[in-house]
Amino acid sequence: MSTRLASGGRLLDRSKAVDFTFNGKRMRGFAGDTLASALLANGQTLVGRSFKYHRPRGIVASGAEEPNALVNLGQGPRHEPNQRATTTELFDGLRATSQNHWPSLEFDVGVINNYASRFLPAGFYYKTFMAPRPAWKHVFEPFIRQSAGLGKAPKDRDADIYEHFYAHVDVLVIGGGIAGLAAARQAGAAGARVLLIEQTAHWGGRAPVDGAEIDGMPAAEWVNDTVEALEAEENIRLRRRCMGAGIYDHGYVMAYERLGDHDPQEGLPRHRLWKIRAKQVVTATGAIERPLSFAGNDLPGVMLAGAIRDYVVNWGVSPGDRTVVVTNNDDAYRTALALKQAGLEVPAIIDARPAPASPLIQAARDLGIKVETGRAVAKVKGRARVEGVAVSAQAGEGAALQDITCDAVAMSGGWSPVVHLWSHCGGKLVWDEENAHFRPDVARPPIGADGAGFVRAAGIANGAMGTRDVLADADAQGRAAALACGHKRRKKTAPSAAAEEAAPLEPVWLMPQGAGAALRAKMWLDFQNDVKVSDVQLAAREGFESVEHTKRYTTLGMATDQGKLSNINGLAVLSQSLNEEIPQVGTTTFRPPYTPISMGAIAGEARGAIFQPLRRTPMHDWHAENGAYWEPVGHWRRPYCYQRPGESVEEAVQREVRNTRENLGLLDASTLGKILVKGADAGKFLDMMHTNMMSTLKPGRCRYGLMCTENGFLTDDGVVARIDDETFLCHTTTGGADRIHAHMEEWLQTEWWDWKVWTANLTEQYAQVAVVGPKAREVLDLMGGMDLSAGALPFMGWADGQIGDFKVRVYRISFSGELSFEIAVDAHRGRAFWDALLEAGAGFGVMPYGTEALHIMRAEKGFIMIGDETDGTVIPQDLGLDWAISKKKTDYLGKRAQERTHMTDPDRWKLVGLETLDGSVLPDGAYATAPDSNANGQRNVQGRVTSTYHSPTLNRGIAMGLVKHGPDRMGEVLEFPRTDGGKAAVKAKIVSPVFYDPDGEKQNV
Amino acid sequence: MSEPVSALQGAIFEGLVKVEEAGPCGMITLRGDLASTQVKTAATGVAGVDFPGQGEANCAGDKGLCWMSPDEILVLCPYDQAGAGVAAIDKLLAGTHYLATNVSDARARFVVSGLDAREVLAKLTPADMSPAGFAPGRFRRTRLAQVPAAFWMRDEHMFEVICFRSVAQYVFDILTAAATPGSEVGFF
Repeated sequence: MSTRLASGGRLLDRSKAVDFTFNGKRMRGFAGDTLASALLANGQTLVGRSFKYHRPRGIVASGAEEPNALVNLGQGPRHEPNQRATTTELFDGLRATSQNHWPSLEFDVGVINNYASRFLPAGFYYKTFMAPRPAWKHVFEPFIRQSAGLGKAPKDRDADIYEHFYAHVDVLVIGGGIAGLAAARQAGAAGARVLLIEQTAHWGGRAPVDGAEIDGMPAAEWVNDTVEALEAEENIRLRRRCMGAGIYDHGYVMAYERLGDHDPQEGLPRHRLWKIRAKQVVTATGAIERPLSFAGNDLPGVMLAGAIRDYVVNWGVSPGDRTVVVTNNDDAYRTALALKQAGLEVPAIIDARPAPASPLIQAARDLGIKVETGRAVAKVKGRARVEGVAVSAQAGEGAALQDITCDAVAMSGGWSPVVHLWSHCGGKLVWDEENAHFRPDVARPPIGADGAGFVRAAGIANGAMGTRDVLADADAQGRAAALACGHKRRKKTAPSAAAEEAAPLEPVWLMPQGAGAALRAKMWLDFQNDVKVSDVQLAAREGFESVEHTKRYTTLGMATDQGKLSNINGLAVLSQSLNEEIPQVGTTTFRPPYTPISMGAIAGEARGAIFQPLRRTPMHDWHAENGAYWEPVGHWRRPYCYQRPGESVEEAVQREVRNTRENLGLLDASTLGKILVKGADAGKFLDMMHTNMMSTLKPGRCRYGLMCTENGFLTDDGVVARIDDETFLCHTTTGGADRIHAHMEEWLQTEWWDWKVWTANLTEQYAQVAVVGPKAREVLDLMGGMDLSAGALPFMGWADGQIGDFKVRVYRISFSGELSFEIAVDAHRGRAFWDALLEAGAGFGVMPYGTEALHIMRAEKGFIMIGDETDGTVIPQDLGLDWAISKKKTDYLGKRAQERTHMTDPDRWKLVGLETLDGSVLPDGAYATAPDSNANGQRNVQGRVTSTYHSPTLNRGIAMGLVKHGPDRMGEVLEFPRTDGGKAAVKAKIVSPVFYDPDGEKQNV
Repeated sequence: MSEPVSALQGAIFEGLVKVEEAGPCGMITLRGDLASTQVKTAATGVAGVDFPGQGEANCAGDKGLCWMSPDEILVLCPYDQAGAGVAAIDKLLAGTHYLATNVSDARARFVVSGLDAREVLAKLTPADMSPAGFAPGRFRRTRLAQVPAAFWMRDEHMFEVICFRSVAQYVFDILTAAATPGSEVGFF
C-alpha cells in the first residue's frame, strides 16, 4: 500500500492542504502534488481498468508517458475525459473519476474479458467478426461499444474560453530541464531572441531528483540560479506549463500552454495555443524510461524506477514498505538509494547483467542492499496488486529460484530519448547499440527552406548520457542554434559536472530471456491497449513484418499515450521474432501532438458569436428588427423574407412577391459584387473575361454578361456598366465577388501582365437598393432630385445624380421583370437611404422583400441563377444563352473548351420550363425518368429540376430544368419520381422557361 | 445631406486595452506604378506626407499614405475630403495608366491602445508583433483571426486597424475577446 512519508517532498508545501475527490471519495493532498502523487499518498494504487481485458491498472510513471492513470476530470460543462493524473496539478475542489469500468472500479464485470483473453488475441476484431455480416452491426458492435472506450465524452458545451498567440523568435528551446536551460542560456548570451518552454510547472527536469551536481552545487540550486539569470535577460522568455506539441515545416511550432488547469478561474483563458515561428528549434525533451517485459508487469504496484524515485523525492510518497528493484542498467540503483534514504526497505535489486560493477552499485551494496546479478523477475505475484516476485535466472526459462515478498516493483529497462519533436518534421534516427535506444541522427535533421537543418536535439534527447555530457551537448547546441540565426555576441563558459562511471547497460527485451508461452502471454508491452509480448509475436508469425502493420494489427502504441512506453520494447520483440536487427525494423511514425491537446485550444477564440465572421450590410440591423428570416449567403446573412407576426415563411414570401409585382418592393442588394475595371485595355480585358462583347458598350449603358472558366463552364454572371471610355463597373453574384476579383487579378498578373488594366473591389463601398415594382418611379419622383423618366434613363441605362438627400448612381436593370431601379449610395449612408425609401414609399404600399421572393420573380421570368441552373458542369449553351455569346470575338475564356465535341454534343441536357399538370410544386433536384435501365441496373434519366417554386403570380408550381433535347420537345410530359419517398411520380409538361411577361413589357416602361 | 454613419457608430470596449471604432475616415485606393514621380506626387499632394517605402506607413493627424502592395497605395484623409482627393489625383494623372477610387465607406477603422496592444493583436494575427518585428512607421496587411485586415502604429502603444465594413462587428468582437482582462501574455 502506498502512503505519504512523514517528511520530504521537495515540491510540496505541506502547510497548504488541498481537498479533492476521487470517485466521490474525499481525499487530501498538499499544494505541489500532482493528482497521481496525491492518489498514491492516499493509498489509491488502483486507478483504472485496461481497455480490452479490464485488468486493474495502477500508476506506472510520473509524467507525460503515463499510460494507465487516465481519469475523467470535472463535471458538467467542465467535464473532460482521459486526463493524465501524472500531469494534472492538484487544486482545491478537483473532482476526478476513474474510467473504463462497470459497475465500479473495484468490481468490474468487464474483467471477464481477462479470463477470456486467450480468445481475444491480436487482430481478434478482424478474425472473429467477419461473418455473418449482419452480426457485426447488430450483435458484436453494440457489445464492444458498451465494453470498450475509455473516458466519457462531454455532453455539455465547454464553459471555458481559449485563445491563440503568435510568437516569432530566433531560437525556441523546448524542454526546461538542465539541457534546455543550458541551451537557452548560451543562445541568449549570443544575442538571439530565445523562448524556453517547459511542459511541467517546474524547471530542472530530473536532475534535482537524480542528485546531479552542476558547477559544484546541487542541481536544484544551479537550476534556480540559472532561471533567475535567464529571467533577467531582455532577449529571453520563459514559459512553464507550456508543452511543445508539434514541429512543422518552416520552423512552425505549436505549443500548448495550460493557464487554468492548475488554478481554474472563471472568465480567463484555460489554454493558450502558441503558434511559433522559430528560426531554430532546440529540442531538449529529455528521455523516457523503458519498462521491462516480465510476466505480471502490469499489476498495480509495478512502476518505473525513475517514477518511484520522483514520488519519493518530489512528493514524499512511499510506493510501499518493500520495493524490489529490477533493472538492466545502473540508473535504477538511484531509486534503491532514494528509497533507503527515505527509510524504506529494498529487499533486493534484481540486475539482469551477469557481473556489473560501478560506484553506484557499490554504494547500494554499502547500504546493505542485496544485489542479485544475472537474475530476472520470473513473474509478479498478486491479483489486484503486487504481493511479491518470483526470481529466476535471466538466462533461463523462468524456474523460480526464490520468492520475495514486496509491495512494489521498480523496473528500469534503460532510457529512450524523447525523439518525437525531432521526428515530426522529418528528422531521422540512428540506433545506439551502447544504450539500446534510438537517438537523433545529427547528419539528417529536419530541413528548412534553405536546405539546412532547423531542429537540434540537446542533452539526453540527443543521446548524451550523464550530467556532464548532457550539459556539454546542450551548451553547444544552444550556441550553434544562435549562430545559425546570425547571433554571436558573447559566449559564456559552459556549465560543468563531474564524469560518472557507469557499468554498461545490457539490452533486455524478454525477462527471463527464455520465457515460455505462458509467461509471454502475461508480459505487457502496451498497458493501456492490452498488447502483450505474445500478441506482437503472433502478428510476426501471421506475416505482419512491417512495424506499421504490426502496430495497427495489435493496436500497440495506438492508445492515448501513443506508445511512449511500449514503442521500443514492442519493436525489439518484433525484430527478434523476425530475426532482424532493430534498426532494420525501425520505428513507427511520430506525429504531433506530443500529448493530446484540448479541442478548445485548437478552436481558440472561434466559438459562439465569433465562431465565423458574419458579414453585415449597412441595413442589417433594420432587417433584424423587422422579422428577417435569415439565409446564409457566403459569410453574409441576407433576409430570406421578412416575417410578420403570425405569418409563416411561405406566406411571407408569397406576400412579398405579390406586393412587388403589384406595388413596390425594396431589396437590399448591397452584397452584390462590384468590381471597378479601369485602363486603356479594360474593354479588351472584359471581352476576354465575358462570353459577350463588352468593349462595344457605350458609356452610360449596361449589359448583362456571362463569365466562364477556361474549361468553358459558366462560373458567374452580372450586369456590366460602362462608366467612361476607360472604366467599367462589373457586378457579380454575392458569392462571386471575391472569387471573381481574384480570378481577374490572376489573369492580369500571370498572363496579361502587360495589359493596361487596374481593378478594385468596391463591393463594400456602396449600399445598393433595388427599388422594384410598377410604382418604383413614382416613389423616386416623390423623393425628387433627378429625372428618371424612360426618356432620360431608358432600360439598361445608368446615371449619376441625386435622389432626395442622397448622391446616387442609378442602374435601370431588372432581375424581376418589373420596372426596377438599382440604386447605389455610399455605404455609410445606406441605412439612411433605406429609411428614406421606406418613408417615401409608405403611400405606395412599400414592402422590403427577401432573397426567396427575388428567386421566385427571376424564375417567373426565366432568368437563370448561378448555383441553381449551374453546378460547374453547365455551359451557357446548355441554358439557351447563345444570344450572350459573341460570335465576333476571336477568343474569350472558355471559348475553345466550348468547341470540344462533348460540349457541342446535341444530346446535352438543355434548359426548359416545367409546368406540373396538377399545379403542384416539383420536388427540388428531382430527375425525369426515361425508359429502361442502364448497364448498372440503374433507372435511365433524361433530365433534372434545377429550380422549383410556387409562383404566387401564376398561382401554380413552376420550375426550370435541364432536359435532353428539351427545347425540341415542347409540350411533352415527363415523369419525376418524388424525392421524399412518396410513391406517385409528378407529371410535368415541357414549356418555355419564361412564364411571365415574355415580351418584357413590364420592365421596359 | 445625411451624416455618414460608420459601421459600429463609435463602439468602445475597455479591457486589457481600449478598443474603439474610430468613425468615418477618408480612404482612397490609388493603383499605379509606384516608382513614377507623377503617381508619388499625386499621392503626396493629397496626403501632405512623404511617400512611404515598402511595408511602411507615413501618417500625420488624419492624413497619411500606406504602402499596400507594389502597385497600390492607400491615401488617408478626412472623410469629407476623399471625393476632392480623388478628383485632384484624376486631374494630375489624366492620360496616364492608374486607378484612383474612394473606398472610405468600404472599410471600418479601429484604434487599439494600451500597454498590451501588441499582445492583443498577436492573439489574432500571425504577423510578428514584437517591437523588433513591428514598429511605428511600419504598415502590415495581414489577417485578424478569419478576416483580412491591416494596421499601423500611431505610437508605441496605439494601433490603427482597418478591415472591411461588413466584418466590423466581428473584428470588434475578436479584439475585445483578445483583450479579456487578466489574459495578458507577458511576452513582449
